[in-house]
Amino acid sequence: MRYLCLRLGRGLLVLAGVSILSFVLAEMAPGSAFDEVRLDPRISPETVAAMRDRYGLDRSLPDKYIHWLQSIPNGELGFSVAFDSPVGPLLWPRARNTLLLTVPATVLAWCIAVPIGAWAASRPGGAGDRVTAGATTVLLSVPDLLLGLSLLVLAVRSGYFPTGGMMSVGFAGLGSWEKAKDLVSHFFLPVVALTLINLPVLVRHVRASLLDVLEAPFIQAARGAGIPERRLLLRHALRAAANPLISLLGLSIATLLSASVVVEMIMSWPGLGPLLIQAVAARDLHLVVGAVMCSTALLIAGNLVADALLYAADPRLRARQA
Amino acid sequence: MRCRPLLGLLALVYLATVLAGFLSPEDPAAQHRELAFAPPTRLHFMDAAGGLHLRPFVYGLAWSAAADAYAEDRSRISPVRFFVRGAPYRVAGTFSADRHLFGTDAPGPLFLIGSDDFGRDQFSRFLHGGQISLFAGLLGAGLSLGVGIVLGGLAGFYGAWVDETIMRVAEVFLALPWMYLLFAVRMALPLQIAPADAFLLVVSVIGLIGWARPARLIRGVVLSATLRDYVAAARSLGASDVYLLRRHLWPQVSGIALTQGALLVPQFVLAEVTLSFFGLGVGEPVPSWGNMLAGLQRYQVLSSYWWMFVPGLALIPVFLLYYALADALHRRAAGFPV
Repeated sequence: MRYLCLRLGRGLLVLAGVSILSFVLAEMAPGSAFDEVRLDPRISPETVAAMRDRYGLDRSLPDKYIHWLQSIPNGELGFSVAFDSPVGPLLWPRARNTLLLTVPATVLAWCIAVPIGAWAASRPGGAGDRVTAGATTVLLSVPDLLLGLSLLVLAVRSGYFPTGGMMSVGFAGLGSWEKAKDLVSHFFLPVVALTLINLPVLVRHVRASLLDVLEAPFIQAARGAGIPERRLLLRHALRAAANPLISLLGLSIATLLSASVVVEMIMSWPGLGPLLIQAVAARDLHLVVGAVMCSTALLIAGNLVADALLYAADPRLRARQA
Repeated sequence: MRCRPLLGLLALVYLATVLAGFLSPEDPAAQHRELAFAPPTRLHFMDAAGGLHLRPFVYGLAWSAAADAYAEDRSRISPVRFFVRGAPYRVAGTFSADRHLFGTDAPGPLFLIGSDDFGRDQFSRFLHGGQISLFAGLLGAGLSLGVGIVLGGLAGFYGAWVDETIMRVAEVFLALPWMYLLFAVRMALPLQIAPADAFLLVVSVIGLIGWARPARLIRGVVLSATLRDYVAAARSLGASDVYLLRRHLWPQVSGIALTQGALLVPQFVLAEVTLSFFGLGVGEPVPSWGNMLAGLQRYQVLSSYWWMFVPGLALIPVFLLYYALADALHRRAAGFPV
């Protein structure tokens, strides 16, 4: 337990660091959300100054930061000028939508990657291994952007899937079964895109970690004892390879969150990504900071889950604590 | 594969983009408004009367409302000529010239891979766009690798508080999903800028966000190398820090740094493409592979004009080359037989 608490504390420290970094970046940003308002001759400079004052744009950096920190306990995380609303309530539904894509994509990618990686590792240098290596290299070279766009073309051409958004127009009027069906048909394509983006890295790592373990003396001993190769691979080697693989979970979540920005944007999925890009284009500094913090928090949470799994899976880690 | 042939191929790709002005038949900004989204032009050898021409030629295109498509105007042929004079251009921003590798006589423009929504030659824009996108990735990788080597080297070599400070900051950079970091850093820079500045801007954004990973990697290598006996021996014989860094540590670092560089370039090319795709990078009328793909955000373009995908498709072989190069460099650095 102490181990997890330590990781949690470290995560919070990093989060604080990220908040300072993003505030410094926001401070450097030239121009503000009021630049266009100022050009409007109907609005007097005094009004603009009053608005700047109201949103606290003329405070010093530490002052702004402290003000922002004070708004965290009530879940506001600053104020979005573009949406004229506290940042917090804007972020939560978006973060939920992003999770709705990334969690199934992570699960799906792992479910596919482990068997394929194991298959490739079972006969290194064999036909299966070479096919997997080639396929993962090609898939790795396909840019996220292109993959998303190609899937969209497929959707347009086949007509089976909606080409974007999260719900159909008449969503509110549907029964609960239709609602679920509608949601699934909308999130199918983005989840497939994210899975495919994540897959090649995972397959390679599963293969590499399994190969590492397969050289260990205890595997040789087990092989000598006549345990069949399949059982050896799936029961003994996979368990021993759990440690590096679970550590990889954190990395795969980082990749997914990055890729989801592009995929969400292309498939107009109302997640954190479109919000971030909108906020950057609108110079809505607190909203950018909020989106960045939110993504970092998701990543840290993912890493904590990985740590907890590791703790549960690896008796050596528990023994070290005791 | 060995490093040399891969490097040669990559050099050819980059050379093609440097010579974009010469290789492309048109100015990348020249518009044919009446020929928006024209499909790739067909090359002909046989004219309407059945006569065979050794010199390939094209027909002029005109919109035919009846067929709802572009139709060839077979009354006049436009022969394709080589080394023709055309729109003036500059090579590498210095040499002025107006010779193009190929071009056509009036009337027909030759669109090798079609035209875009302003009727601009997609092939010319593709080559010029490669100049921006591929070099943004290369320079960005060079920049972040340079910063990473210096900071990582300092952290690993001097240890103590230098190490602690640099690595804590790196940790913050690494804690962010990098696409979010990319846009956060983009926020800190002006929104509307001239295209030429935009290129430098994109490169510096990329350089700023990319240093943390190589820095951490190189710190590890330097740290483990400084603990070696031969370094301790050299130090006890009075070797200076600079000597140690240059003579004993750089050879350890260089191979790993190069491998890392080859892996970073594709990621950073993609960063430029993504920024420009979303209108936050290099803007019109200067082409980049990112803003050329931006048209695909429109449903009609996406579903009807396959040639608009070309800049995205071209990324695949380029990335494959870089990954193969990284693999070859890794093998070389690790002392595998190549």
